[in-house]
Amino acid sequence: MALLSKKDANLILDPLADNNPITIQVLGICSALAITAELKASLVMAISVIFVLGVGNVVISLMRNVIPSKIRIIVQLIVVATLVIIVDQVLKAFAYELSKTLSVFVGLIITNCIIMGRFEAFALGNGPWKSFLDGIGNALGYGVILIIVGFFRELLGSGTLFGIPVLGDPIAKTGLYATGYENNGFMIIPPAALIVVGIIIWVQRSRNKALIEEA
Amino acid sequence: MLEHLELFFKSIFIDNMVFAVFLGMCSYLAVSKKVSTAVGLGAAVIFVLAVTVPLNWLLDQYLLRDGALVWLGPEYADYNLSFLSFILFIATIATMVQLVEIVVEKFSPSLYNSLGIFLPLIAVNCAILGGSLFMQAREIPSLGLALNYGVSSGIGWFLAILAIAAIREKIRYSNVPAPLRGLGITFIITGLMGIGFQSFGGMLTGDNEAPEPTENTTAEKTIEEKEIKKEIEAKEKAVSYNEVINK
Repeated sequence: MALLSKKDANLILDPLADNNPITIQVLGICSALAITAELKASLVMAISVIFVLGVGNVVISLMRNVIPSKIRIIVQLIVVATLVIIVDQVLKAFAYELSKTLSVFVGLIITNCIIMGRFEAFALGNGPWKSFLDGIGNALGYGVILIIVGFFRELLGSGTLFGIPVLGDPIAKTGLYATGYENNGFMIIPPAALIVVGIIIWVQRSRNKALIEEA
Repeated sequence: MLEHLELFFKSIFIDNMVFAVFLGMCSYLAVSKKVSTAVGLGAAVIFVLAVTVPLNWLLDQYLLRDGALVWLGPEYADYNLSFLSFILFIATIATMVQLVEIVVEKFSPSLYNSLGIFLPLIAVNCAILGGSLFMQAREIPSLGLALNYGVSSGIGWFLAILAIAAIREKIRYSNVPAPLRGLGITFIITGLMGIGFQSFGGMLTGDNEAPEPTENTTAEKTIEEKEIKKEIEAKEKAVSYNEVINK
């Protein structure tokens, strides 16, 4: 890419796999898992976080030299809260049904650990352009996991993707259901998300032995 | 009285902060390696939730919700400031956490020493903001119930982190597949515990229906009681096992 130097590109690409915020840094699980029963909600959540983290990182990075370090947490919280209010109002205006589904979890982006983590670890020490890339990269890494989890939970739990049936009709017994396949209702309940993420971590760490934790 | 009791058990077991809505997962995973630290953080969470939820309830009731400003005069009845709730709630929480820290440091240095490091962490714990946001979303009707909700959901979180910390202390001696070690197995255990907690859903009828305690057959109750007993027994076993190892 001519636009990005190799170093800048790594800022975006690293968090997608080997430094993923959810599976490696263990951040931002809080608001993520409860909404992944549907792919659509996962996607909207991912986009919201990309917006908040991208813009927030730039704002904090621009202000990094004027924020007194003692009150920086409060300043950061105010910046995130403002951005989240924007997201919430936009969702309420253009996707009311979806904002009902997400309910309080949009508000909980404020306390999403990824956001505070990136502000603290990166934006306070780097320029706006780099911070922007870092923010987008980490939010994408978060979004990727969210979408993977959402994909499997919706496909196996309801047999649909984005609400569109892809495996046939469970009541009329068409498609895959004609062979005796049943939806796994287990995938819809909240704890299944944790198990799916656990399996993702398992797969990722089996492929990349360097990530295995010491016993 | 009955509604207090109902809300209390509902927030601890059925709508458990960790197992049902995944709040406070970051600190739940990060601080659950040892039982003693888990107890410290859990106590701090109960404390802060007990303070911030009622405070935010007052804020919501008299400032934010649709028509809340009517006490200023009839011409204010049309104002709806609820879009400000995120920023006001988080500001209240951050301030209260600071204030609690100062007060505790002044009056109870020993408590401060045990809670000290955890208090600042709590300002960004999703469980705290989540408590206030759920309080608003579920339209809890009175200040007493809001206090009850804060305390009981704090206790639910405390129980969850205590249980996982005890399990993690024990699992160190088990032979977990290498790629699952640490984080992976913790996720899966939490998931399984969550499924266990789902069974508490039978204690009450659905979310929106009126609770009918008489509908719960005694058979269901005894099964649940057995489950609780089993859990307690398992925990006690884990504790005694740990004591043996420590010796």
